[in-house]
Amino acid sequence: MNNYNDIELMICVASRIFEDDTSVSVGTGIPCAAVMLAQKLYAPNILITFEAGAVAPILPAMPISVGDSATMHKALQTGSTCDQMEMIQRGLIDYCFLGGAQIDMYGNINSTVIGDYKKPKVRFPGSGGANDFASMAWRIVMVVPHSIRRFTNKIDFITTPGYLTGPGAREKAGLAPNTGPYKIITNLAVMGFDEETKRMTLESIHPGYTIDDVQKNTDLELLIKQPPKKTEPPTQEELRVLREEVDPFKAVIERKAE
Amino acid sequence: MESIGELLGFHHPDEMREFFRKKSKKMTNKLMDLKEAVALINEGDYLSIGGFGTVRVPTAFIHELLRAKKKNLQAACFTSNVDTDLLAAGKTFTKADVSYIINFEALGAPKVLKKYFESGAIELTEWSNGAMGWRYKAAAMGLSYLPVRSMLGTDTQKYSAAKELTCPFTGIKYLAVPALYPDVAVIHVHAADIYGNSYIKGVLVADADIAKASKKVIITTEKIVPTEFFRDNPQNTTIPFYQVDAVVAAPYGSYPCNMPYEYFMDVDHLREFLKAAEDEKTFEEFLNNNIYSCKDFYEYLDNCGGIRRIEYLKDLENQIIVEGGLR
Repeated sequence: MNNYNDIELMICVASRIFEDDTSVSVGTGIPCAAVMLAQKLYAPNILITFEAGAVAPILPAMPISVGDSATMHKALQTGSTCDQMEMIQRGLIDYCFLGGAQIDMYGNINSTVIGDYKKPKVRFPGSGGANDFASMAWRIVMVVPHSIRRFTNKIDFITTPGYLTGPGAREKAGLAPNTGPYKIITNLAVMGFDEETKRMTLESIHPGYTIDDVQKNTDLELLIKQPPKKTEPPTQEELRVLREEVDPFKAVIERKAE
Repeated sequence: MESIGELLGFHHPDEMREFFRKKSKKMTNKLMDLKEAVALINEGDYLSIGGFGTVRVPTAFIHELLRAKKKNLQAACFTSNVDTDLLAAGKTFTKADVSYIINFEALGAPKVLKKYFESGAIELTEWSNGAMGWRYKAAAMGLSYLPVRSMLGTDTQKYSAAKELTCPFTGIKYLAVPALYPDVAVIHVHAADIYGNSYIKGVLVADADIAKASKKVIITTEKIVPTEFFRDNPQNTTIPFYQVDAVVAAPYGSYPCNMPYEYFMDVDHLREFLKAAEDEKTFEEFLNNNIYSCKDFYEYLDNCGGIRRIEYLKDLENQIIVEGGLR
């Protein structure tokens, strides 16, 4: 049995989502580590883009900012934010990769405020590029630690659209058709979304955890349509590349999953 | 959905046409120092800062703005953290368009400033980064809005000042994002001549459009170069002279942020900033030591380790860009 922590597990599992020859818009942190690992192991031809303008970099080490020099290492283009967002609007980007403070059962994300908007208990950064990514990219992937506060029935502010209020709601709002939440990877499980109801469904549970563990950390009604599969644990090779090549300075993998 | 955010930085495009018609297109020497450039900003102005996050931030200018005690500005905070945070720390602005604030991305959040934003001291209008980019682009095109396909159906839309519209060709529902015409823009570039022709290397973020959209443009630059640098290779001109009002030589003027291909960000100093910002008192000391008690930006650079530190950050940058490694 390999030894690994929650963050390493999430990154390794997330990295397996990407098919080769697809495209992704990415931010910093865990999502970026997952894409870097995918680029090195599973999807060498994946087209990576960043909202500050970098296109097709060969990522050398964890970027600290979505615009820092690491994001443009050996990039093939360094355009503008509009260039990047227009690329998504034209339909060129398959995956976007997000986090968030609160997520509801339709995959709507809050990264703006907890509490009343005008007098918030907590103010978070806000959308950044997340709303644009999730409005226009084909598939939304979230990588977030699993907690009862995060997975909640009622989120305080919809910063970034999931399926909004359910089937047909995205289309009615005017969002680009056939887009929406695709997978959520946490430290406990992988969730998907039900075709019919557009609700979050349990797909697989990570080694060492049970349905009960997932339920206890989830304050929303999670659909369990069939017995969930068991997630394949990180392989030796995934862990080696992650630790030695993706994040050798442990900028991300030694953070706490909370 | 009706949006309820306040519309800031908006002007009728015909009013802006008149303004731009009268703006001088002469190639005159626009060199000045930071103090003179800061004096171009008036009470109540809408201010846009170039760069992104911890990248290509005109820190030298922002420090001078704080020392000049400018107040009652409006600001655009488009993945702007070090700049927005410093402007907020100086209680410089009272209203802002925000898409991403109070977080040094992967490094963490300055707590004191988070509290300041939570207190309601600054009135906010919400946007996404794409929406902000397109607002500048609409202005750069001389229009009053652009139709886009993001923010629809969310609270980000509700707390913005955008409006829904129907495409006359397809019937598609779009969101119209209003043009943003700032009064003043400050953009830090790699090289500029004395007339304001400016060169940016690497990611452009929204800076070319911000320069087109703004009434006044202040360029701070790592170095002053001869006009031949642009005459011989006109594709070098990211921002042309006729948009620019002031050129300030500010070597290392983005420190402690990242100037792509020149020097990396000073992660240790940014961590110090975050540490200080955990507490009101230590943050006040930090601001005093680094900004208010410094007579200029050079003194701050010297206090932070001077040439030795800069050389180290240049080496780091070369490792990322050339060698592909980091630290």
